[in-house]
Amino acid sequence: MAATLKLEIVTPDAKAFSDDVEMVNLTGIDGEMGIYPQHMPVMTQLVAGEVVARKDGASIILAVGDGFVQITGERVAILTDMAVKADDIDEAAAEQALQKAQARLAQKLSDEEAATVQAAIVHASTQIKVKRLTKK
Amino acid sequence: MPSTRDIRRRIKSVKNTAQITKAMQMVAAAKMRKAQQAAVVGRPYAQLLNEIMAEAATRTVGFDHPLLTARPVAKRAVIVVGTDRGLCGGLNSNLFREAAKLDKETTIYITAGRKAAQFIARTKRNLAAEFTYKDTPQFAEARAISKFVQDLFLKGEVDAVDILYPKFVNTLVQQPSLTPFLPIGKLAVTTGTNAPAQELPTASTTDVFDFEPDEETVLGELLPHSLNFKMHQILLETKASEQSARMVAMKNATDNAKQIIKDLTLEYNKLRQANITKELLEITTAQMAVG
Repeated sequence: MAATLKLEIVTPDAKAFSDDVEMVNLTGIDGEMGIYPQHMPVMTQLVAGEVVARKDGASIILAVGDGFVQITGERVAILTDMAVKADDIDEAAAEQALQKAQARLAQKLSDEEAATVQAAIVHASTQIKVKRLTKK
Repeated sequence: MPSTRDIRRRIKSVKNTAQITKAMQMVAAAKMRKAQQAAVVGRPYAQLLNEIMAEAATRTVGFDHPLLTARPVAKRAVIVVGTDRGLCGGLNSNLFREAAKLDKETTIYITAGRKAAQFIARTKRNLAAEFTYKDTPQFAEARAISKFVQDLFLKGEVDAVDILYPKFVNTLVQQPSLTPFLPIGKLAVTTGTNAPAQELPTASTTDVFDFEPDEETVLGELLPHSLNFKMHQILLETKASEQSARMVAMKNATDNAKQIIKDLTLEYNKLRQANITKELLEITTAQMAVG
């Protein structure tokens, strides 16, 4: 039995994370999922939030955006538009981005701009949320 | 016969031109590196997206989605992806030559980039919409284009959508290329433009995937997303093509200017010497006359 899962998190800008881990916790569209090796193959949508990977007893926490997850017995592949490690989150910067995005939302925007701003809000608020969770 | 001063003036003007083209070459070279880099970093994503789509395909036999269904093509749309600015060699004209080959009656055009829009308008073709994109193409810009054509397709206004764009082969070669965009057709065929053809992990084909909540919802999100991403990759690639073409064109222009300066300098020196000789002759003749 494979004792580890290969967790891959890929964004359009980079391969954000790629390592063997023992367990992955993530938020799917139907709720939170805990994935261990030999999980049944599943494909689902990922909801913006935190992804927690457990490796050697330590937790690695990442903030991710919306996307897709593909799970096989030995691999978890996450396709998303944002992925930041909790340690790398700059809370002040995220806070600022959030405020800026919300200010823009108050203005009149085209559909496309609104979608971009909405995505920025989701990214920023997720980062802030995850950062606060990890602080405790 | 031009005077030495005329030639001097021409040399100066050519020198100025050479300076400008040289500067543009440098700028294009720097931007080219960035654009190529941007086109490359999307590859792991494209690859994974392909894997997921391909694996989804093995599981979804008999599953149908409006974006997948091919129809008899009565009217089709072509997205012409050009550049905003000129001075990039034959890049746009090659592209437009291909665009002109398409049937005027049954094709409607959607353009990205100002030059493409100008061409379609000038040749009085059916322009459905024009989009712009920045020097570093944003995902939102690609999504706007992609969403627009998906709407056209789903409403039945067009039966197929192709993209015409300058494919980046290498720095010296950009090939105008027409790739199908919609319908997606068989799932497994869908590839991002930059995805290297790598074999998929063999183990996964035997796995049977569960979809949560169900395949319709997941694919309903995944398909438009993959189209948006493909569009984005194409914009990135076009930028890389544009900057490389411009760099090469400007390098040629600089080289030409240098050659002209060399020729003109030679002519100038010849003329100058001829003048000196003439003056000397005049002096000696005058002296002989006096003496």
